[in-house]
Amino acid sequence: MKTEQSQAIKGNRIIISVIGPDRVGIIAGVANVLADNEINILDISQTTLQEYLAMVLIADMAKSRIDLDTLKEELHTKGKELGVRIDAQHEEVFNFMHRI
Amino acid sequence: MLTIQEILETIKMVQEENLDIRTITMGISLRDCSHTDPEVSCQKIYDKVTRMADGLVDVGEKIAREYGLPIVNKRISVTPVSMVAESSSTDSYLPFAQALDRAAREVGVNYIGGFSALVHKGLTRGDELLIRSIPQALAETQRVCASVNVATTRSGINMDAVSRMGQAIKELAQLTASDNGIGCTKLVVFANVPEDNPFMAGAFHGVGEPESVINVGVSGPGVVKRTVEELPGADLGTLSEAIKKTAFKITRMGELVGRAAAERLGVPFGIVDLSLAPTPAVGDSVAEILESMGLERCGAHGSTAALALLNDAVKKGGAMASSSIGGLSGAFIPVSEDAGMIRAVEEQALGIDKLEAMTCVCSVGLDMLAIPGDTPTETISAIIADEAAIGVMNQKTTGARIIPVPGKKVGEYVEFGGLLGRTPIIPVNPFSSSGFVNRGGRIPAPVHSLTN
Repeated sequence: MKTEQSQAIKGNRIIISVIGPDRVGIIAGVANVLADNEINILDISQTTLQEYLAMVLIADMAKSRIDLDTLKEELHTKGKELGVRIDAQHEEVFNFMHRI
Repeated sequence: MLTIQEILETIKMVQEENLDIRTITMGISLRDCSHTDPEVSCQKIYDKVTRMADGLVDVGEKIAREYGLPIVNKRISVTPVSMVAESSSTDSYLPFAQALDRAAREVGVNYIGGFSALVHKGLTRGDELLIRSIPQALAETQRVCASVNVATTRSGINMDAVSRMGQAIKELAQLTASDNGIGCTKLVVFANVPEDNPFMAGAFHGVGEPESVINVGVSGPGVVKRTVEELPGADLGTLSEAIKKTAFKITRMGELVGRAAAERLGVPFGIVDLSLAPTPAVGDSVAEILESMGLERCGAHGSTAALALLNDAVKKGGAMASSSIGGLSGAFIPVSEDAGMIRAVEEQALGIDKLEAMTCVCSVGLDMLAIPGDTPTETISAIIADEAAIGVMNQKTTGARIIPVPGKKVGEYVEFGGLLGRTPIIPVNPFSSSGFVNRGGRIPAPVHSLTN
């Protein structure tokens, strides 16, 4: 996954994961939630995990109108609507595990 | 930049393989809570614990949400109560246990550890009173955990204390007979006890520790099991390498959570303890890791070697991932909490003798072992003595958490519920050890320089 150099403060970056059966409107659904809250998408990447779609978005919450907890709830609701599992986590978790 | 595979690997570890932060444990010093009046001392203890740990549960839950990592338990460990209570003029330390229990309930933690004494060389008046108070204290409280260190490599084994602990365990089982002796699940007898272990029931806040500290226990037998399963037929060196890498990744999660919790609570970060602590959940089993390595059942010949490989690889990976590795760090082999261990016992692949051998190379000892309720006190003491000897001679921590289940016999089952699990009663050796145990005294410290 390649991402252009971002000026985002590292502490504001989150990773949104979407896992579930593929269907029309998943990207649009997630992107709408983010756009509505002024959260900037830095990168999108997807793959298939067994028969499922696995999509990962990296986003910047620097100018976000809501906090991570609220965003998680909104994404969770959207996920239910779309029949997929959507979660948002702080980027640090992944950096800590995979980068020294 | 992170790859999508790396991101998905982390998500899979949490969602499918039960990776979790098992506990955030806040250590709190109670050394300033002594008073000649036990009531004043208990009030000071309650006030200090509730003040210091006020935000612990909230912070833990917030971190869990932000990082998407389950944090199963928030807990507290305190200075060994024998030291705090010793200045008080009283004959029972039950009120101290009750004060801790109330404080734990108030701040919302499920266990508070530190109703403890260190008696490897001898007993002070406070130690004596504490040990005498253990059965009643654990029977009459819900959340208090007790531990007693009866041996160290440097001082040998205090057999008088071992003998008393046998009695305390038996008495405690009787007092909680209506709940299958569940009180004994909150009591550990140690050799070479670590002072910064975050895992219950053996956690306490050691005397060399700061005023307050955050220690984190991480677990993930399921993740390690998956690692082993993905390498069928790989030689054992390759397997060890893969386990090391997995242990590294798991430990990093502990380091992250520990640092975050310490910062938010405004206390220093102590240690990460990476211990493969099984739960009764399917796949979250240390026994099944050994079976994945190619043993038909845990307990088969080769189990000790397989466990040695596992324990060492976990420690090596952990030590690379964090410069503050501590506690017990390794693999736990509790019987009732591990579905694979239970099956092995049921099928008679695993008995107390093989378990004892395995404790020579695991990170703790005989854990959550349910034995017949009519087991003589001296036999329980002798089991503790054997464990202590293994720890003392091998310069490692060993512990014994034994439950003589009242009214139950070999072939019957006991259900403790929740994470404590369910287990068949394990037979013990029927021959008597009383002549040996009743001699009392101290088994001297070993000579470790004459190694030829």
